Amino acid sequence: MSIQTNSVEIGKANKRKYFLEKVSSRVFLICALLSVISLLLIIGFVFYKGSHPFLVEGYSFIDFIFGTDWVPSEDKFGIFPMIVASIFATIGALIIGVPVGLFTAIFLAEIASKRLAKIISPAIQLLAGIPSVLYGVFGLAIIVPFLQNTFGLAKGQSLLAVILVLAIMMLPTIVTVAETAIRAVPNTYREGSLALGVSQIGTIFKVVVPAAKSGIMTAIVLGLGRAIGETMAVILVAGNSLIVPTSLTDSVRPLTTNIALEMGYAAGTHQEMLFATGIVLFSFILILNFVLAKISAKGGN
Amino acid sequence: MNILTKVKMGLLMFSLLALLSSCSSNGDSSTQASGNNGSTIAISGSTSVGPLAEKLAAKYSEQDNANIEINQIGSSAGITNAINGVSEIGMSSRDLKEEEQASGLQEVVIAYDGIVVVTHPTNQVKNLTLEQVKQIFTGEVTNWKELGGDDMEIVVVSREDGSGSRDAFQEIVDYSSGELVKSSIIASGNGNIKTTVANNKHAVGFISFEYIDETISTIDINGVKATAENVLEQNYKLSRPFLFVYKEGKLTDAGQNFIDFILSEDGQRIAAEAGAIPVK
Amino acid sequence: MRQLKDYVLRGLLWLSVLLSVAVLVMIVGYIFVKGMNLISFEFIFGDYSPTGGGGIWPMIVTTIYTIIISLVIATPIGILAALYLQEYAKQGRLVKLIRFATESLTGIPSIIYGLFGAVFFVTTLKMGMSIIAASLTLTIIVLPVIIRTTEEALKTVPQSYREGSLALGTTKLQTLYKVILPSAMPGILSGIILSIGRIVGESAAIFLTAGTVAALPESLFSSARTLTVHSYLVTQESGDIELAAAVGIVLIVIILGINISATLISKKLNKATNK
Repeated sequence: MSIQTNSVEIGKANKRKYFLEKVSSRVFLICALLSVISLLLIIGFVFYKGSHPFLVEGYSFIDFIFGTDWVPSEDKFGIFPMIVASIFATIGALIIGVPVGLFTAIFLAEIASKRLAKIISPAIQLLAGIPSVLYGVFGLAIIVPFLQNTFGLAKGQSLLAVILVLAIMMLPTIVTVAETAIRAVPNTYREGSLALGVSQIGTIFKVVVPAAKSGIMTAIVLGLGRAIGETMAVILVAGNSLIVPTSLTDSVRPLTTNIALEMGYAAGTHQEMLFATGIVLFSFILILNFVLAKISAKGGN
Repeated sequence: MNILTKVKMGLLMFSLLALLSSCSSNGDSSTQASGNNGSTIAISGSTSVGPLAEKLAAKYSEQDNANIEINQIGSSAGITNAINGVSEIGMSSRDLKEEEQASGLQEVVIAYDGIVVVTHPTNQVKNLTLEQVKQIFTGEVTNWKELGGDDMEIVVVSREDGSGSRDAFQEIVDYSSGELVKSSIIASGNGNIKTTVANNKHAVGFISFEYIDETISTIDINGVKATAENVLEQNYKLSRPFLFVYKEGKLTDAGQNFIDFILSEDGQRIAAEAGAIPVK
Repeated sequence: MRQLKDYVLRGLLWLSVLLSVAVLVMIVGYIFVKGMNLISFEFIFGDYSPTGGGGIWPMIVTTIYTIIISLVIATPIGILAALYLQEYAKQGRLVKLIRFATESLTGIPSIIYGLFGAVFFVTTLKMGMSIIAASLTLTIIVLPVIIRTTEEALKTVPQSYREGSLALGTTKLQTLYKVILPSAMPGILSGIILSIGRIVGESAAIFLTAGTVAALPESLFSSARTLTVHSYLVTQESGDIELAAAVGIVLIVIILGINISATLISKKLNKATNK
């Protein structure tokens, strides 16, 4: 008798456990799906808002991309100058930031003594966490006047200033990720190369760096992402002029800046065009993500 | 082991809090939507009106414990917010456009203001005609020497499209946004223009009277100095009203009281002290 | 010839690291030198004054609010999501989709989050420019960070722990709660701390969702200004670099504190779990 009730009780307890297990796994699933939902919401809202002028109001998407006039109050929406500005600024920042960042990473991983690396690496990591606004403050207070005075420019707010600020900002990202990748190269590679009589520098550049290639590429793409998406630091030093830049000293308005500058007061079609600007920016980022995924897939092999 | 239990407990508390807060915040949002017009007066708009409104609000809250929230986001945005009900009151530093008036907005002139053309203190040019101002801002004149100054490039600094100061300025000087010289630096506030001009000897920009200080040099228009008296006597052409706008019937008692305070003698004295021109 | 090349390359390596360190020291140094004069008790704890000379207490409070709210929402969701991905899900399309979404969220620039927050939370859900709208936007921003770090931490929990616990007849849930989560705690905590850093440093998304009101927030539905936004506006509006730098010092000190506590906590907990 008592044995029976016991087993019934156990059965009940088991059922409850089962139920709990089932419910909790559902809850976990829902939480995991939240990131998918967020992404869909973000894409949905940005694309819905941004495509509205082209689908419903009859604006031409080609004119939007290749138009050179952006005068919202006169119903002219062309973002070609901003696309060019964004691309130039990002490429410029890469040209400066990548070699310096990469060489710094190589130095920290391969050449620096452990003690030195232990001081510099965390310092650089800390700098990755400094709010981007402060880079902008620094840019406005130091880089802009510097350019103005040193090169005798009429204005220091320029493509060059943007490039310098972005290059500095991507440094910590590139250094940190690339250093980890280089450190992950197995020691046997180095030993093998050194045993063959190759110098330390030769080993680093011919064996270690190629072996860490996919990690280094990841570092570069992440740095690129940071540069192309940066907003508040850029506003402060770009000058925000609406011209297609033809020289490093022209002041420019990258895509991000256009959004932040005008979103505060835009309404109606103007606001939707800022979302369309967001779509273009988004597309750049998606392409980058795609490249990144390709790289890591390759690295995995 | 001790630490672990503590952390575990902490985590538990944390998730509990999360649940609670997500519930309560949901509750809040529904009550908020219905009763937005409590004691808080939400004001947004012009960066030219903003500083004056902040000073008025600071004085006003000494005698009345109303909570006044001021967001400086530009005239057009403030007007839009007033239409949409995002803000109770919108601040504008330009006259309402037809379509804005058509959407049932009421306007109150709280003060008048002048716009002044400013340059770097070292700039030799101290007087311009309206026509010359137009030539500068449309890119017809690109060197200070053509205006009697030193031989150096002119760097035009303008406000953003949608700024009330820019709209008013363009209307009086008589050029359109499309005509503005494209290489001009776009600054998103009066303060920003002032800083840019103060740090660049090539630059020229325009700001509200309230922002005038010794870091920049002011330009006379047609030989008339940029002063409040000259605006009142209508000798100085670059002036515009400061407006508070609100949706008809949507103004709360608190909002009305604040406007009454502004139009009172005390309020107008503060406006004058802030550099604006009182409504008579 | 080869030796010359080696020398040149070695020289370039030294040059790069010197350049990096110099630039970074210059930035931090500049901000400290420029802003230090303003740092005082009244500056930190004083009320903001529109006429100048006030403190930054309202911005500190706003920053703390955004941190607490977004973490309180993002942490449990993030941890549970990571548990699902690591402990429950079978590899398949769904998991791939979730991973893809999480990774994509990491790469989205904050200005896009700002656009989304402005139209979704502020306008569509009628929250207005407010702390709550900004915090919810920030929640989405830090969610991938928490999911990722928690996942990494869960990966390091040895399989034998799970097997041992399950063999004792505990349910999966009990195993998770009693065995796996505690051993993954250092990783999870450092993820949370990383998120705090991200929240403190964020500007563009907050600028578009919380607005710029420079006063102590009355409620979560008040528009308010965080430290980063204050630093930006001060630079932009008044060009007062000293003030912007002083706010910068506060920000850097917070970030520094966060980094140090992250290291300390994970060290301490690592010791505890190893016992």
